[in-house]
Amino acid sequence: MVKEIERCGIPVVHMCTVVPISLTVGANRIIPTVAIPHPLGNPNLTPEDEKHIRRNLVERALKALQTEVHVQTVFEK
Amino acid sequence: MKKIRVVHYINQFYGQIGGEDKADIAPILKEGFVGPGMQINNLLQERGEIVATVICGDNYFNENLDEATDTILGMIGQFNPDIVIAGPSFNAGRYGMACGAVCKAVSEKFNIPTLTGMYIESPGVDGYRKYTYIVETANSAVGMRTALPAMVKLALKLVDGVELGDPKEEGYIARGVRRNYFHAVRGSKRAVDMLIAKINDQPFTTEYPMPTFDRVAPNPHIVDMSKATIALVTSGGIVPKGNPDHIESSSASKFGKYDIEGFTNLTEKTHETAHGGYDPVYANLDADRVLPVDVLRELEAEGVIGKLHRYFYTTVGNGTSVANAKKFAAAIGKELVEAKVDAVILTST
Repeated sequence: MVKEIERCGIPVVHMCTVVPISLTVGANRIIPTVAIPHPLGNPNLTPEDEKHIRRNLVERALKALQTEVHVQTVFEK
Repeated sequence: MKKIRVVHYINQFYGQIGGEDKADIAPILKEGFVGPGMQINNLLQERGEIVATVICGDNYFNENLDEATDTILGMIGQFNPDIVIAGPSFNAGRYGMACGAVCKAVSEKFNIPTLTGMYIESPGVDGYRKYTYIVETANSAVGMRTALPAMVKLALKLVDGVELGDPKEEGYIARGVRRNYFHAVRGSKRAVDMLIAKINDQPFTTEYPMPTFDRVAPNPHIVDMSKATIALVTSGGIVPKGNPDHIESSSASKFGKYDIEGFTNLTEKTHETAHGGYDPVYANLDADRVLPVDVLRELEAEGVIGKLHRYFYTTVGNGTSVANAKKFAAAIGKELVEAKVDAVILTST
């Protein structure tokens, strides 16, 4: 899906936990996330801390969208 | 004759530990066979036996790739196997990645043959076909009965060191290994025969299939985020409470488009997940954990992004065919272009 939307001319950032799958399906901008059932959260944290990590991940995704890339790029922390 | 020692790798489900709620278990070692291993053991007859089974949760493996691989290699090493069989994993994404990674690591570390079984569209196929033998299976466990005999047959050949023929005849997915041999008919004649068949619209098999590199080059980056419209798309199955369009929990036949105007936060009361391939508890309690509407609203209010697009798009990525996923995304992409969306955040579980 990432690839097909990218094909339409819109930059896509893929936020997912299993990065090898994301690479296989051809995502160009990849943000590794927390865990499979809760990529953008962590139920073990307080709601405030949880939102904080979510915000941090989304900010990194926005940064990736503002970064010029020529090949598949995994944006590590 | 010495019995062939087989170690079998399976996930928490086939290992009879539990479903998605147990997908985070660390590797467990059991002596003998478990679950589908029983049938493998029967098929091996007097030639061999499963000496041990390693069971690992699909989430644990994929979230802790290096650690899980090391632990599993340690467990397998103790048993001194002649071959390691993983799965079959059919069309299960995480399980397939785990089976492929275990096979690759075992082959590299112990220099013994490994094999697994997968459906051709499983992401594990593209990731690991070069490193191990993958018997092509049906897309669900309905195909267990035909998969296991094919896997055992190939396993015995690999252990015996029998020279393998064409991947198609042997029933495994081509690994991209080329081998020289003498053909009875010389190349020029074969080429002309093929050309004539092609001109006459008759079937022929190419001797050199062109590799398909279906990659899309990255689009240019966003220059001014404060003016950009960002859309959310997910394969994690987030839907309004009650799943009004009945998006299927696996092998989805459709996607949904839902209005989030006025939503600053997704809650237990408003949204849930339709996805049947992961433990839904966390997403059902707070769908922002998959679709981060809450923080994007904050970033919108602060002027970091121009706007969060009014609609989000969603489907269930669980076992959904590549053809359907392509079709959904092409339709979604077209609408997003028409709506002048500048960039997409796509989340996956």
